[in-house]
Amino acid sequence: MTAIQISVFLENKSGRLAEVLRALAGAGVNIRALSLAETIDYGVLRLIVDKPHEARKALGDAGFTVSETEVIAVEMPDRPGGLAGIVDLVTEKGLNIEYLYAFVGRRGENAIVVFRIDEVAAALAALQGGGVRILSADELAAI
Amino acid sequence: MGSDTPCWNREAEFMEGARLRALQSERLRECVKRVYEKVPHYRRKLAAAGVKPADIQGLDDIGRLPFTSKDDLRDTYPFGMFAVPMEEIVRIHASSGTTGKSTVVGYTRADVAMWAEVMARTLGAGGTHSADFVQNSYGYGLFTGGLGAHYGAELIGAKVIPTSGGQTKRQIQIMQDFGTTVLCCTPSYALVIGEEGKEMGVEFAKLPLRVGFFGAEPWSDSMRGEIEAALHCHALDIYGLSEIIGPGVGFECLEKSGLHINEDHFYPEVINPGTGEPAPDGELGELVFTAFTKEALPLLRYRTRDISRVIPEQCACGRTVRRIERVTGRTDDMLIIRGVNVFPSQIEEILMRVEGTTPNYVLIVDRKPRGLDELEVQVEVSEQVFSDEMSKLETLAGRVRTEIDSTLGLRVAVRLVEPKSIERSAGKAKRVVDRRDLGR
Repeated sequence: MTAIQISVFLENKSGRLAEVLRALAGAGVNIRALSLAETIDYGVLRLIVDKPHEARKALGDAGFTVSETEVIAVEMPDRPGGLAGIVDLVTEKGLNIEYLYAFVGRRGENAIVVFRIDEVAAALAALQGGGVRILSADELAAI
Repeated sequence: MGSDTPCWNREAEFMEGARLRALQSERLRECVKRVYEKVPHYRRKLAAAGVKPADIQGLDDIGRLPFTSKDDLRDTYPFGMFAVPMEEIVRIHASSGTTGKSTVVGYTRADVAMWAEVMARTLGAGGTHSADFVQNSYGYGLFTGGLGAHYGAELIGAKVIPTSGGQTKRQIQIMQDFGTTVLCCTPSYALVIGEEGKEMGVEFAKLPLRVGFFGAEPWSDSMRGEIEAALHCHALDIYGLSEIIGPGVGFECLEKSGLHINEDHFYPEVINPGTGEPAPDGELGELVFTAFTKEALPLLRYRTRDISRVIPEQCACGRTVRRIERVTGRTDDMLIIRGVNVFPSQIEEILMRVEGTTPNYVLIVDRKPRGLDELEVQVEVSEQVFSDEMSKLETLAGRVRTEIDSTLGLRVAVRLVEPKSIERSAGKAKRVVDRRDLGR
């Protein structure tokens, strides 16, 4: 029950993000969520898309360094404390969250959080044990 | 200037041409005989070239001798080219080789004395005398710069202040308090001293500093102008390499028009690096030296990879020893950064060690305005090393940085770049981009 995130290495120079987006558009890939982490010299763009394999191919063909990363996407109540409750479930088990990002989807009351955790199985168990709904890759694509 | 030009050893530096050539011929003959007897590696090389010591009667026969290169020193690492028993060695220095192993050089007591002599000539040509305070900011250590300048200044009888490199504010404080009259350091460090001193409010024009001897790094006449304007002293170029002796192979006099070679010890030739044939008089080529008076490590026709030319005309100072032009480049890809020799192949080895594969990379050399030379290593991020986690990418860059520092003793900047962002010419990656203004 995990989803695939496409990670892209980007130098900090103008126009590179636009080129990523153009390559994805050209391949008919729709972006569901994205997050960008950066240093002075470079950044890592993390994408949730409807067609991860097509996205990876298109970006690879365009000359970008790309990787697929296994992430966990969950639904959370879109209200104060919603994210805190979910993070607690994971950290209580001593699991380390490498990073996470959230977006508000079109599924009614709920927001969606994407987690990057090394111990995927343990994290899934902790979240499911807490009654959190995990989104499948298909569900994520269909948002 | 003529007879009143400052000099340390008038007899050697102004020796009449025919006498100098006779001396060189005799020294060459003796040297070939000695290395043939004492250095098995040379015996093999001479045999392979079909040359016997008796074939070499003088300078006219030098072209029959095989060249010596860094490879010979590497193949016999560390002490295989030494021509004396180890008991006679009193000093060992080393500089970096093209890969892994360094180039090791040894000195006997007599070699150290000869080195001091040629450095005394170097410093003496700029007017250094026994009343001078010589601040020596070349690094002391395996690098030959520090001890080379030190012994030369001491031989003159000057007061040597062995500050070594770094701690610029303290250097400037000492310069003011002790009354430094002579400065020895790399040209880029001279600019750093000038800049930092200015920030500290130091008026160099009011200091007794008179002359500086700057080497171990390529520089230019425009940089000379900057240094002289900043420090209010004469800025003289010096030339040397550890294989031949260290600093002291060549020096500028106050005419500032080329470097006089101490050719009674180091016989210069200029060759076409492609064919090995002598370059026509006065034309650019690769500098080759025969260090015939050295006891521990005599070298026949050592290929320096430095590009220069012999200036045919006699210098206005009156010295008879020939001059070469400022070194204008290299026949290989060696870089000299803050006095440290760097070969791209060394960086490649380190990247291989850290990443497990050789990534595409490029070395960017830059000299910040009035600053030290900087080396930036740009490494393309391949899918093998790419991570979606920033901390892992930062760790990777950090490891490359640390490995280069601990292997080469050089702090560099490491920058991760996208694949294919490195310029390629005809399919082959260009490994070095030198942005320093080294225009002559």
